[in-house]
Amino acid sequence: MLDDFFIRALFAGIGVALVTGPLGCFVVWRRLSYFGDTLAHSALLGVTLAYSLEFNIVLSVFIISALIALILINLQKRTNLPGDALLGLLAHSSLAVGLVVIGFLSFIRFDVMGLLFGDILAVNVNDIIIIWIGGAIILLVLRFIWKSLFASTVNYELAEAEGLDPDKAKAIFTILMAAIIAISIKMVGLLLITGMLIIPAAMARNISNSPKQMILFSVIGGLLSVVIGLFTSLEFNTASGPSIIAASLFLFILSLLKIKQSIKLKN
Amino acid sequence: MGIENKILVKLKSAGFRLNDKWLVQGVSLQVEKGKIVTLIGPNGSGKSTTAKIALGIYKKIDGEVEKYTNKIGYVPQKISIDWTLPLRVKDFMVLTDNLDDSTISEALSLTGVIHLKDKNLGDLSGGEFQRVLLARAISKKPELLVLDEPVQGVDFTGEIALYELIKKISENLNCGILLISHDLHTVMSATDHVVCLNGHVCCSGSPIDVAKNREYKALFGEQASQTLSIYEHKHDHIHTSEGKIKKN
Repeated sequence: MLDDFFIRALFAGIGVALVTGPLGCFVVWRRLSYFGDTLAHSALLGVTLAYSLEFNIVLSVFIISALIALILINLQKRTNLPGDALLGLLAHSSLAVGLVVIGFLSFIRFDVMGLLFGDILAVNVNDIIIIWIGGAIILLVLRFIWKSLFASTVNYELAEAEGLDPDKAKAIFTILMAAIIAISIKMVGLLLITGMLIIPAAMARNISNSPKQMILFSVIGGLLSVVIGLFTSLEFNTASGPSIIAASLFLFILSLLKIKQSIKLKN
Repeated sequence: MGIENKILVKLKSAGFRLNDKWLVQGVSLQVEKGKIVTLIGPNGSGKSTTAKIALGIYKKIDGEVEKYTNKIGYVPQKISIDWTLPLRVKDFMVLTDNLDDSTISEALSLTGVIHLKDKNLGDLSGGEFQRVLLARAISKKPELLVLDEPVQGVDFTGEIALYELIKKISENLNCGILLISHDLHTVMSATDHVVCLNGHVCCSGSPIDVAKNREYKALFGEQASQTLSIYEHKHDHIHTSEGKIKKN
């Protein structure tokens, strides 16, 4: 069954959507959209380093993204620059360095477009295994740090005062972000991975009234986006990664209609 | 040492400095099981800072904090919750602890907001939210309660009822309470030990002792002092803007 490229793409996409759903909610709640973007940009550097050192791509992206995250946390403590300036600094410099390194790798034919926008139709069985096992580990760790992470998302001081460990939870969450980017980079690409994290979660926010409900809708939204996006891409021969994101945008717009309706009901 | 006076948290000449400015300095106090310790003092005197030192929220402190319990309930003075989070009252109740539904309802009933259980936190009024905060803190049956102006924004009759509730909780749960309050009347009638702060500990002791204390009177004025006792005093120092003492 996994012989068919389309079925493989579906499996990979579903695996990624199951993980980006919950993580994306935290990205929205903790206002980390640009943080996700920065990590994704730094992934290009990870990929090029993997090629030049003949190293595993997923591992390399994971290490570089986690490293950039650590540098960011460190810079935030040491400098007086605002967070968004530091994010921009790291995002664009790691992207630039990555592109410069590509220049040196003239002996390898590089699919830059594939890197930027992903190529879900090219995933092989190995990729699927990495996505599902990696994804399961991410969700398990998230379950483990859930209480501290969620409580400190609502209010840091309450969590800290009442015996939870918000700082540890934050550090682990940062690593999970690097991990999801690493396992899904091949599928949606580094320009679109943040969209996969944010848009279904944003859609879910519009139609839910409790945290767990929002996570559930975010997962469902992600899954629907993958399925709708892939079928459209097959039908109209459009690029698959962007099709998935466009599908999630479509769902987001639908969720706005629901808001409009509930406002009408209130009046 | 008997169970009755088990120490829950102890500050030994603790202080906290932010950007080279001391918020509070040299505070020693302890909260024991079943006792209510109240911090009083003017705005900016370091009451909330002292509470946060005791809770371990501030880590780079001067002096020492010894904590003998992990079952803590906290009602902060200011709380900013981000409304990008869809959060109902009953979700908020289980924020730091897993509680069953009946425990949640019981706590919300005690503070008179059971009818808000399924409401969104963002739709509550200030006073309602304050009652929910208090319910959340007591619902986990803590050993130590830290209440930073727990009744702010609550209506007048509610205020009295909630202070009565706090006293009742301290008796029923036999927990220690570190209370910050501006309501001197309530403070003086419900407290075992008062610590009067103004950047440092001005005076401390039983409510009666403190009310008689000349520094207390100097800080809060004649009227505050008269609510409990009338006492002659001579002022031997004045306070500068940073709470430092200047001897006359």
